[in-house]
Amino acid sequence: MPRNLNRKGRRHPLSSLVLILVGLFVSGGAYAAVTGSASAHDAPVSATQIEDGKKLFASNCASCHGLSAEGSAAGPSLIGAGALSVEFQVGSGRMPMSGSGPQAEKKPVQFTQPEIDAMAAWVASLAPGPGVPHASELTGGDASNGAELFRINCAMCHNVAGAGGALTEGKWAPNLKNIDPVHVYAAMVTGPQNMPVFSDMNITAEEKNDIIAYLKFLDENPSVGGMDLGSLGPVSEGLFVWIFALGGLVAITIWLSAKSN
Amino acid sequence: MADKKSDVVTSAGSAVSRPDRLQNPGFEPEHKRVHDESPERARGAERGISLLFALSGILSASAFALNFIFPIVPGDLMSTRYNNMFVGLAIAAGLLCLGVGAVHWAKALMHGHELVEERHATRGDDATRARAVEIFQEANKESGWTRRRLLRNSLIGAFVALPVPAVALFRDLAPAGTPEEKLAHTIWEKGVRLTRDPNGVPIKASDVTIGSAFHVIPENLLELEEGFLDEKAKAAVLLMRLPLDALNETEDRKSWSYDGIVAYSKICTHVGCPVALYEQQTHNLLCPCHQSQFDVSNHCAVIFGPAARPLPQLPITVDAEGYLVAQSDFLEPVGPSYWERKR
Repeated sequence: MPRNLNRKGRRHPLSSLVLILVGLFVSGGAYAAVTGSASAHDAPVSATQIEDGKKLFASNCASCHGLSAEGSAAGPSLIGAGALSVEFQVGSGRMPMSGSGPQAEKKPVQFTQPEIDAMAAWVASLAPGPGVPHASELTGGDASNGAELFRINCAMCHNVAGAGGALTEGKWAPNLKNIDPVHVYAAMVTGPQNMPVFSDMNITAEEKNDIIAYLKFLDENPSVGGMDLGSLGPVSEGLFVWIFALGGLVAITIWLSAKSN
Repeated sequence: MADKKSDVVTSAGSAVSRPDRLQNPGFEPEHKRVHDESPERARGAERGISLLFALSGILSASAFALNFIFPIVPGDLMSTRYNNMFVGLAIAAGLLCLGVGAVHWAKALMHGHELVEERHATRGDDATRARAVEIFQEANKESGWTRRRLLRNSLIGAFVALPVPAVALFRDLAPAGTPEEKLAHTIWEKGVRLTRDPNGVPIKASDVTIGSAFHVIPENLLELEEGFLDEKAKAAVLLMRLPLDALNETEDRKSWSYDGIVAYSKICTHVGCPVALYEQQTHNLLCPCHQSQFDVSNHCAVIFGPAARPLPQLPITVDAEGYLVAQSDFLEPVGPSYWERKR
């Protein structure tokens, strides 16, 4: 996990830049949502957008999911998957998949936001499904309560610090550092791939905000104990201790017992 | 003389005995260090060591000062981190300089002659030994230890009885009840509602959508006044809903689930870690500690790893209001094996 090991103990020099970009993205996204983009579930969806989405789907997704999203041996039916699934799968770069494997990997996003919105609108027009919330709806959570819920419901797979972890047969629970809150919300609601579904009856909408607030807290606050070594617990910490601490002790012992020249 | 073959005495069927050919080689010629031969180098070493000691003093003092330069500000996590890091580094470096200086002093400047100190003999001399026996005999004569047998035996009896109360006291440190009955039962019973961990909100069957995983505690857990953690550790349950066609249930256990909703103990049958890494497409449950895998679609049969038994299933149904309730306690003990376990 080079991405984790690169994390310096203190705030990364580029963090302010990232923060500005995130700020711009959020405010821009909020502006786009307010001005009536289809990413908001209550925003009107135009017929042309649905038509565009259908075309994009036919040329990019239909080979696995079928021309009318009915599914095939290579991919599941998307009828009833809703706009939120499309936003998560395509918006995080998991879809379209680059090849079959144990798990769809995150890649650079292949489509522009209007294209994703168009495909989402088309899939949502097939059958009702979960819609995409405004980014502003996913704020104001209680990080402390979110941490408790995260430990009970999420930490066994995603690690208590959100560093991710291994599952069976080559699958894994991804790292949750710096994930768009909409995607965190979408993952809980839709249960992508092997993740279980956490509906509002299990973790209420308010509690989902708490979990998002906890992840945001982890993103913004450094580990108090110093370098977190990827937050992987005894694996990386043990390796560090065995190599550097024990190596240092061996070197000191050799120096102690050597004759002075 | 030691090199002649005839020194080796052999006879058929006996061990080879060989006179000790090893002779004490004595000391090697004394190793002269650069600091012994060059007074200039010795002075240099002295300066270096004093510098290390001075540095150690400065670092210790600065550890004190750094505590005020980087104070812990309540609510500011970074301040805690800087305080710990700088104060800790200064203390550690100060101690290291002190140690390195002391060792270097001993190795470079203190004299380098090799010495032999003979050990004292362990046995005392005859006069001491005779006097010791005399003391014992005198004491015996004065106290009457061998003469007054009633006195002696009653004293021994009193000492034997002395630790008896400790048996009862130490026994009371163990939990009440036999371990067997504690391990075999949980607080689940007929009609107890399945509720969400941690807030105890009861779960309706209709809340559990396909692919969901709920972390469940029994409704009566939050009412417990003592033993909360012990009971939670035994009663924790993972509730999942599978598509009906994915579930292969045996005839006798068909009534234990409700419309594809199944409840299994979260405690691994290997060594008791919480098994909760549920994959909703493969229906595999993975234990994070030792990678045991359970197949939820086949009554949590072990499909990989060191676990010996399937996870125990909690029989569930719904009550009149549509809430999920237990039909009974688990029908077998949850968690890892123990001595008294029947199978």
